Amino acid sequence: MMIGFWLNGKKITDEIAADMSLLKYLRSKGCYSVKCGCETTNCGLCTVWLDEKPVLSCAVPALRIEGRKVVTLEGLQEEAKVFGRFMGEEGSDQCGFCNPGFVMNVLAMVRELKNPTEAEINAYLSGNLCRCTGYASHMRAIQNFLAAKQRGAV
Amino acid sequence: MYTINQYVKAVSLEEAYELNQKKANLIFGGTLWLRLGNRTINTAIDLSALGLDKIEEREDAFVIGCMTSLRELELCQGLEALTRGAIRESLQHIVGTQFRNCATVGGSIFGRFGFSDILTCLLVLDTTVDLYKGGRVPLAEFVKMPRDNDILTHIIIKKTKRQAVYQAFRTAATDFPVLTCAVSRGEDGIRTAIGARPNKAVLFCDEENYLQGEISPAKLEAYAAYIQEHTSFGTNMRGSAAYRKALAGILVKRALQAALREENDL
Repeated sequence: MMIGFWLNGKKITDEIAADMSLLKYLRSKGCYSVKCGCETTNCGLCTVWLDEKPVLSCAVPALRIEGRKVVTLEGLQEEAKVFGRFMGEEGSDQCGFCNPGFVMNVLAMVRELKNPTEAEINAYLSGNLCRCTGYASHMRAIQNFLAAKQRGAV
Repeated sequence: MYTINQYVKAVSLEEAYELNQKKANLIFGGTLWLRLGNRTINTAIDLSALGLDKIEEREDAFVIGCMTSLRELELCQGLEALTRGAIRESLQHIVGTQFRNCATVGGSIFGRFGFSDILTCLLVLDTTVDLYKGGRVPLAEFVKMPRDNDILTHIIIKKTKRQAVYQAFRTAATDFPVLTCAVSRGEDGIRTAIGARPNKAVLFCDEENYLQGEISPAKLEAYAAYIQEHTSFGTNMRGSAAYRKALAGILVKRALQAALREENDL
């Protein structure tokens, strides 16, 4: 089926198979930040934005993106780099496997929530699993990032 | 993962209904549960072009389109005020934000899944469902109906004064619940729903009048024991029937106490 949509700000028209997932489609287009971590729809690694909302691309039929805007980490390089520095400073990057989905969801959270509390951050990011960190360093990195944003330092 | 021969974005409910009469065809909701199986589907029927993804607040009710995401439901300020947070509480522990942005309320309710938190919660509210051919049906009746090829188009929650409380028990955050419980108190008495038994949720309406008049701790105990005795519990990897039965007594009491506290706060 032929559909048109926007990928990282660029209009694309393409023929997509009926049962292709958005995850597989995006990888076929070279968006290798989008990865499958669990096959059970609950690890958050495949997070992308669909019309500015974070979704699990492994569960979205690719044909559903017709006329919509898809953003992957490849389309948020500058912001990701800034937040990545905060992660690096706190050692929360660790093995790095879960980072793309985590960064996508953090950047979505920053747009959606104003001055989130620790509990609100935990709730928003509960669908992003990390097997290295125990999440404490993630929390420090996010709070430092939010504070720097408030100061206008980033 | 499923396989599909053909994907149709329906342009009308009639088209979707006609296509859905064939056994090999299927209406697509959020597809989160579907993708965990290996089903072969001839025609996937997508309702996303039919404007069924909105919550409309009317004078006497909230009308929720079947394609509304669980996240939209969770963030709806009107529903938050009406249910005093019960709907939000029933949704916010489901996997994660991204998952709830994908999952649709129609898929959750039409599927009548045992693990459905939202089904348990909506059962104790004044909820009806609109079926394309079957018309308007109370949710409690719909839950008992055999699965057919009709289309659930809307969920309607009447704006009645009911104090609703939702409680669930999970062994791990974001996992399926081991047991769910919702309680509401209104002019026609107390309603209690127990879900994740692990079968689909069941509704009780205090048929034995345990909770008439002032509610004492003894009445609460007797009512919780009645619910435990009259609910059929099963065993799966998340818990045994005996464990669920014990949990049910505790969750019913906690939910009722919370509902009574809320009533006193008003």
